[in-house]
Order: sequence, then structure tokens, then C-alpha cells
Amino acid sequence: MSPVSTTNSQLVYDALKTCGIRLVSALPETWLVHLIRMAEDDPEMRLVRLAKEEEGVGISAGAHLAGVKSAMLMQNHGFLASINGIVSCGQLYRIPLLMLISYRGEFGERDPWQTEGGGVTEDLLRALRIPFESLDQPDHVGRRIHQAQTLALSANKPVALLLRRNLMWAD
Amino acid sequence: MRRVEALQAVYAQLEHRVVVTIMGAVAAELQSIGHRLNFFYLQHAMGLASSIGLGIALSRPDQQVVVFDGDGSILMNLGGLTTLARYRPRNLLHVVFDNESLLSVGGFPTATATGSDLAAIAAAAGVPRTATVRTLDAFTRAFTDALASNELTTIVAKVDAVGPSGYVTDLSLLENRFQFQRYLAQTGPRP
Repeated sequence: MSPVSTTNSQLVYDALKTCGIRLVSALPETWLVHLIRMAEDDPEMRLVRLAKEEEGVGISAGAHLAGVKSAMLMQNHGFLASINGIVSCGQLYRIPLLMLISYRGEFGERDPWQTEGGGVTEDLLRALRIPFESLDQPDHVGRRIHQAQTLALSANKPVALLLRRNLMWAD
Repeated sequence: MRRVEALQAVYAQLEHRVVVTIMGAVAAELQSIGHRLNFFYLQHAMGLASSIGLGIALSRPDQQVVVFDGDGSILMNLGGLTTLARYRPRNLLHVVFDNESLLSVGGFPTATATGSDLAAIAAAAGVPRTATVRTLDAFTRAFTDALASNELTTIVAKVDAVGPSGYVTDLSLLENRFQFQRYLAQTGPRP
């Protein structure tokens, strides 16, 4: 049994559905496995599996221009790999990207290879002036996802939600 | 073959299609022929024009989408070809103008100048229809056939490494972006 929380993944997924998200791009990572399976099993959702996360910026931009609400699921290292696309497509063209970023490398991280990315994630979001908020307790998941999408759409800007260990990991 | 001639040759076929281009010469030349509300020019984010085309094609299966890509751009997102092939939308035509150089920054050769074959890469990625064309006639035929084929196609058009004298046009990026979005919102299924 994976220690990734199925219950809280379902909360996140349900909130995306409530917000009208109909397309999700993703690159698998441990914390996202349940979310990706939920998208895959949902006939109302289009799951786009990526080779690299930056593609998701273009796919979400295309979906937005075509009138479909989308979200991007990625690890914080996927966010690092997407920065040029976020700046020179998402921000330059005022595209409301809803990015859900699994925040690896925080306190509690056991994988040595995740620890550098964890140390720079929030500073990079601030440097890029991307509004962000954490998801770390089940009771605020639905509200914060809805608020993030509301701001993304009213400001026509990328926004980020950080999926944190206390929400995603059940050990 | 010159790229601007290739664009002119198929321009009439773009009238009711959703068009996404890369930055630089392609955008400037298509605008010089005549901008339309259904044309979107991605003036940066190299590599992502094909991904934007995929996002539109999946979201609007009622529209036919044409992406005008370039060798320098697609070389930055070769993985994206595997994503195109994975979902292989029938309403997406992917044209790569291959001038074997990064023209707008001084003409430095790309890897296609030393033998990398983008059509073969696309085919190996799983794109069901691919072609490399070297003449205007062959390009026009391949383009028309691809639109009729109802299958994801990548056409690599070998073109001369020549472009316009400048790249900045009087169409602002955001004006283009919002008018393009509005076009899609107001356009129903193609007859």
C-alpha cells in the first residue's frame, strides 16, 4: 500500500472537478500517482501524459485559448524544468495556468536527490511573482483550489498550489 | 523553396483553420501575407507551438489546427513529438519549416544541417503520417493531402535560410492572443 494519501488525493481531485477542470497534464511522480489514476479513470477528464513538464504550459495555454479549463500536475523539479515556458508563454501571454506542484524536499524528505529543489521552490515562485498558496490540511483544499483558479482567471496569470507532505503523505 | 512562398501557396487553405506559428520569420512572413483573427503567433517560448496546437486540437475536435513550427524550435521540444504521437489528434497538421539554421540570431546551423532528420524523428516517435518536401509543388501537395487525410501529420519542408528584414510587427502580442481566443469562442464547428 502506497503511503500517498488516497483520501486527500481524492479531495484535491474533487476540487479540480468542482472548478470545471476538464484537462489535466501530468508527468508521474510518487505523490501524484493517485491523482493521475483518478484523471485516467474519469471519462469526463482528458489526461495528457507528458515527456517533460514544460509541454504542459503549451497544452494548458492551447486549452485555455480554446475554452477548456485545465490544470497541470507536476513535481517541484517539473516546475523548475518549466520556467521558460511559464515566463515566455504563460506570463508573456497572460495565460491563467493552474499549477499543482508536489513540494518535495521539505522537512521529512528521505530521498537525498529531492532536497535541493525543495530549498529553492518558494524563492523561485516569489522571484517569478507567481501567486502561490500551500495545500497542507484537508479542510482548506477545496476552498484554496477554488480561490487559486478564481485569481488565475481574473488576473490572467499563472498561479501555483504547493501540495505539501502533511497533505499528500500518510505515514 | 522559400518559406514565404510556401506560406503563400497554402494561405487560402488557412482561412477556416486554426493556425499557430512560432516566432521570428514565420510569424513576420505570415503577417506580411495577411493577418487573420484565426492566426496565433507564439513570439517566444521556443518549442511550445506544437504543444499549444495539441492543447487546442484536443480541446476543439471540431476545428482543424495547423502549426507552423521550425527546426530550431522543435529541436527544443523533441519529447513533445512523442506526446503528439501518443494522442495523435486527427485534426492537427504539424508543419516544420527546416532551414537548417537559427536564422534570426545570425544563421548558426542547427543539427538538421549535420544530418538530423526531423521527419524520421517524428515517424519514430509515432506520428502516423510524415513527409519531407523540398519543392513548392511537393509542399502544396503534401499540405493539401494532409488536411484531407484526417490523420496527424508532420511535414518537414526544407526551405532556404532567408527571411524578412525585420521581425517586429505592429500587431501586439496580447492583442493577437485575445482576438485569437475570441475567434475560437465565437466559431462553431467547421461546415
